[in-house]
Amino acid sequence: MSSNLMLLEMAAPVLEWRALAPVLLLFGAACLGILVEAVLPRAYRFLAQLVLVAVSVVFAMAFLVLNVLSAYGGPVAMGSLMLDGPTYFMWAALLVFGALALMVFSERRLNGGATAFAASAASVPGSRDEAEASAARHEHTEVYPLVLFALAGMMVFLASSDLLVMFVALEVFSLPLYLLSGMARRRRLLSQEAALKYFLLGAFSSAFFLFGTAMLFVVTGALDLHAIHDAVAGTTTERGLVFIGLALLSVGLLFKVGIVPFHSWTPDVYMGAPTPVTGFMAIATKLAAVGATMRVFYVALDGERWTWQPLLAILAVLTMVIGVVGALTQADIKRLLAYSSIAHAGFILTAIVGASQIVPAGQATSAASVMFYLVAYGFATIGAFALVTMVRNAAGEENGLEAWAGLGRKNPWVAGLFSLFMLSFAGIPLTGGFIGKWAVFTAAWRGGYWWLVVVAVLVSIVAAYLYLRVIAVMFAAEPAQGTFVGHASGWTWVPVAIGAVATVWMGLLPDQVMQWAAMAGGFLR
Amino acid sequence: MTFPWLTFLGLLPILGGLLLLLPMGKGAARLLGLGFALATLAVGLGVAGLYAAGADLAVQVPWIRAFGAWWALDVDGMGLAMVLMTVVLTPLVMLAEWQPPAGRWSAQVFFALVLMLQGLSLFVFMANDVVLFYLFFEATLIPTYFLIVGFGGPRRRYAAVKFLLFSLAGGLIMLASVVGLFAISASQGAPSYLVADLAQLSIDGHVGRWLMVGFLIAFIIKAPMVPLHTWLPDAAEHSTPGTATLLVGVLDKIGTFGMIKFCLGLFPEASLWATPFMVWFAVVSILWGAFGAIGSRNLMRLVAYTSVSHFGFMVLGIYAFTQASLSGSIFYMLNHGFSTAAMFLVVGYLAKRRGSYDIEAFGGVQKVAPVAAGLLLVSGLSALSLPGMSTFVSEFMVITGTWSRYPVVTAVSMIGVVLAAVYVLRMYQRTMTGPVTDATATHFTGRDLTGLERAIMVPILGVLLFLGFVPAPAAQLVEPTAQAILAHVGVTDPAPVVKGAK
Repeated sequence: MSSNLMLLEMAAPVLEWRALAPVLLLFGAACLGILVEAVLPRAYRFLAQLVLVAVSVVFAMAFLVLNVLSAYGGPVAMGSLMLDGPTYFMWAALLVFGALALMVFSERRLNGGATAFAASAASVPGSRDEAEASAARHEHTEVYPLVLFALAGMMVFLASSDLLVMFVALEVFSLPLYLLSGMARRRRLLSQEAALKYFLLGAFSSAFFLFGTAMLFVVTGALDLHAIHDAVAGTTTERGLVFIGLALLSVGLLFKVGIVPFHSWTPDVYMGAPTPVTGFMAIATKLAAVGATMRVFYVALDGERWTWQPLLAILAVLTMVIGVVGALTQADIKRLLAYSSIAHAGFILTAIVGASQIVPAGQATSAASVMFYLVAYGFATIGAFALVTMVRNAAGEENGLEAWAGLGRKNPWVAGLFSLFMLSFAGIPLTGGFIGKWAVFTAAWRGGYWWLVVVAVLVSIVAAYLYLRVIAVMFAAEPAQGTFVGHASGWTWVPVAIGAVATVWMGLLPDQVMQWAAMAGGFLR
Repeated sequence: MTFPWLTFLGLLPILGGLLLLLPMGKGAARLLGLGFALATLAVGLGVAGLYAAGADLAVQVPWIRAFGAWWALDVDGMGLAMVLMTVVLTPLVMLAEWQPPAGRWSAQVFFALVLMLQGLSLFVFMANDVVLFYLFFEATLIPTYFLIVGFGGPRRRYAAVKFLLFSLAGGLIMLASVVGLFAISASQGAPSYLVADLAQLSIDGHVGRWLMVGFLIAFIIKAPMVPLHTWLPDAAEHSTPGTATLLVGVLDKIGTFGMIKFCLGLFPEASLWATPFMVWFAVVSILWGAFGAIGSRNLMRLVAYTSVSHFGFMVLGIYAFTQASLSGSIFYMLNHGFSTAAMFLVVGYLAKRRGSYDIEAFGGVQKVAPVAAGLLLVSGLSALSLPGMSTFVSEFMVITGTWSRYPVVTAVSMIGVVLAAVYVLRMYQRTMTGPVTDATATHFTGRDLTGLERAIMVPILGVLLFLGFVPAPAAQLVEPTAQAILAHVGVTDPAPVVKGAK
């Protein structure tokens, strides 16, 4: 009855415009981008979209920095979003990675004037429509608003302190990704299959998430993470339902992170999607999903940590092992990187399991370590996938590992930079990957999970072999016939260069980024 | 603030290496590379001078504040000995490899990689912070990998990957211990990775033992001890003599260096606990390495196995915990660098002429190329620790020091001394003496060592002979380190069993 009353008395929502500006700007630009598609002639769309993206991202970042500097934080939008340190840190990371990924989206020189996306994604592969659209040099400039929607959705997702808002955000960022995955110019059937697979499994996992939300609501009567925390702490009778809700909710979250056993979509989607999209998903989705996972586990389910820590620890072991072993057998570079991303999710999970949330000032919490790891991983990922687009044969991008043989002699720069990113993935010192790995392992050990660190270190040895194999193929093997390194424009080279510089910088002088992560501290409840 | 000499010393060759990656003419690249190596040598000698004058060289700047990691560099006697060895050997290696093997990467890349490797190793020997040490410890692997893969023999890919995997496995196990150190340090107040701070924690008990084992495994792989030595013969056999010199002479020293500085320095109690095991382990290495050398048909493999045997002596000296044996071990580390360099480089000269490293391929060389043969003999004698060579002094110190604590072990290890004579002299006999074979006649007649090749050997053998007759400067350099470590571990020399007559 009381809820009925509340509905009747519902007041106009109060929004903190300045605090929400980064998200709203992206949403607004995305909506305008749709209008651009409808109104402007084809010739002007690309430029208009670029302007929209650039303006919205730059202003979003500006507002973000402004809000951080003025220490603006706390619950906003009637308690549905929480602006705390991790939110700001990961929002900034998302904006940076989103902008870099979008640059790779714009590459045209590599492919003889065409983007990596199908000229007409709606046409049947191999049909006359497709040929006509290609001949007319049509382009899907819709990819820009789609990415902006996805980015804004991710930002809401990792900041939401209400399970329903979180669910809506999950859908907002997932749907554009499903679409983008199916838009590859080459090997379109593979791409469409990947999109369908991603959509079906993603929808399935969303359903789990929603069901888990319902279960927790039944027990606690709340959707707010803070209220759930209090209610779980007070509940003694219906613990079974709490566990069921917890498990179902985790399925939805861990699916997006790519944790075993919810990882099986990763290789297919990574391989089928256009490579720039893969690069974007590989870091942005992972970052948002890890952020939301930490928020749910640390804020709502903190009181139940003794329950979920051992479970997540087991999943971390499985994820690391299956990711690395799976990657060892791959002959396709994108599939290899997909399995490697699973392994990295496992390494990240070790720190989440550690759950050291209260540390003396200036030291790194679990969340800070994870965030540093994600940033280091993100720069290497953006760079690596951008380089993947450059290795080609006469028909287009060539992802077979044998195409990379002897690349060191054909193009020392591409091979050298790709080696740098591989070394960062492998966690070899002087790269950001090492500092990240070290940071997450310390978080895990601090939380009492020293055995998990030992397992992770042993897995790292195998993982190192995996990445060194790629380096060995590039530098020690005889050059492959029929493949070459395409001439890319600045749209690809600038993100690669930024990724490389950031990787080395974070490996040599990580203090600044680590301080930002450490200052971000823990999640607010 | 005074000039950060140590930072400069390490950065100079790294900058040189990066500079050499830019496109430039072959001749200019080599001269530039050599110039940087000589400049580093000069700075290194300058640092030694400052150290001798008692200057405070330590650098300590916050590096990663959230984890208590510092950019902390300093040298003690042992560190300085290693630094000097590195800066002296690097330009010599460059001169010896002026013409890298045909059909491989260019000389420019070789010089660049050598310079980077030199800089990273210098930082390893100077780092006074565990994470900083770890960072450079692992980073040295990358240029070494490329040095093997880019310039080595027919099975270079296999050898390079094997080297890298063994080293990485050790390094990553050590990473677990490094992480564990943070947890302990953080639980006792402000976290700090400074060696000095960690040494005061006195991490005892089970935790200390496990953490120490993590470090020890990495160092056992690095200073290859049986049974984790198998990567070394392969890596040495399939790399160029110059690479092998840096790998065995310089990089493998990080193993014994680390045992002293980190195992003994951070975990004294756990190190004492590991002593019985390590001592016998060392003996096995001594004998196994000697037998491996005797059985080798390849000269590079032979030298690699002799090193396994020698590393056994160094480890024995470390874990005997006496003033004489520990000083001897550190001194041994220095000598072994030069002795191995002499062996590898002379073998390289021979192989360059003959086109093969197989012992079978030689015979009677002494009659047509007497200088080459003579230098091989002198180098070999330094490897078997002939009196008059500095290696004799250090080996003698290790043996006498160990004898006072473990007579039985020492007696068994003495077999290794005898076997050393066997493998060196047998090798010399089979390659240099006897009738001149047809192959030798074709490849060596009128092609004895050039002036440059002889000149390279002069400083190497000069150091070995000088320190053989006048060991005092080196002994004075390393003794304070040994004393400090023994005091830290809390062990004193055993009293002599037999008192001298008064």
